[in-house]
Amino acid sequence: MAITYVAIATTTVGAGGAASIDFTSIPATYTDLILKTSIRTNQSAPDDYFKITLNGSSSNFTTRVIDGNGSTAASYSYTTSPGSQIAGQANGNTSTASTFANSELYITNYAGSNNKSFSHDGVTENNATYALAELGAHLWSNVAAITSISIAPYYGTSFSQYSTATLYGIKNS
Amino acid sequence: MALTYDSLATTTLGSATASVTFSSISGSYTDLVLICNVGTTANGNDLFVRIGNGTVDSGSNYSATLLGGDGTSAASARQTNQSQQYLNYKTNTSSSISGNAIVHFNNYSNTTTNKTFLVRGNNANYGTDAFACLWRSTSAINIITITAGTSTFLSGSTFALYGIKAA
Repeated sequence: MAITYVAIATTTVGAGGAASIDFTSIPATYTDLILKTSIRTNQSAPDDYFKITLNGSSSNFTTRVIDGNGSTAASYSYTTSPGSQIAGQANGNTSTASTFANSELYITNYAGSNNKSFSHDGVTENNATYALAELGAHLWSNVAAITSISIAPYYGTSFSQYSTATLYGIKNS
Repeated sequence: MALTYDSLATTTLGSATASVTFSSISGSYTDLVLICNVGTTANGNDLFVRIGNGTVDSGSNYSATLLGGDGTSAASARQTNQSQQYLNYKTNTSSSISGNAIVHFNNYSNTTTNKTFLVRGNNANYGTDAFACLWRSTSAINIITITAGTSTFLSGSTFALYGIKAA
């Protein structure tokens, strides 16, 4: 029986940080992609986000999110970059030390000929009254197969050491 | 090494179709994951799922807690005694293939407990949703049907069912 859930690549940020995490030459042999991240940035705040670039493109993204921060829930819509590129959560460097935000992105039919829709579920964590949980719906209005994915801090300039991202391929046959 | 995540069935529509059914689902897994990437022939339709054993259940046995956002406001609601389960709340379908739904059926094949399942619905043109759902039946799930209400799914819409094995 074919193996369905395959780790394609993983990156762990080293000392000194990294401005981005990049997955290139993604094969078209899977059906869906899952990106799982554990991210902290140098942003001087409790939390940050990361933004996504697909095939080097930062345009034609549409995003709607719902989030809660421990006291209120809200929903936002983004149709222009860079806000529309927000695709996951990051802890900032004033949050509890050694704490990283988790996110999972699910990209359906990434190699197909339709526009690409994906979702994200993300959380920051912090030993304080404020932390963020967020769900997102995303559309990249581009029919090209996704061959590269890059993520970068939204407010900050660098991912912190020990941040990780792993890309998985899901094959339905 | 045991394979944990198996592809059970997949459907890619070659023409506009009203519903998609996965039947005779093996009971040899622990959990099921359903992935839908869909559009419908008109904007603004709902997505539904019915599940059952042998035949899908159209009785008033579905309930759910909903959480959704449309880009402007966040909301939560309850649905009880439904004859089918919505896969959308603030999310609707589009007339292009631009939305998806991810459904996790936990412990789907046991015959002692009612079945719970989790839904994430996404369409960036409308919103994003998360549901916790209950099907009040102790029967094992071996059939799943997805519909778009009174609309039809566009050609090219895809539906995939995966099995997760605990051991």
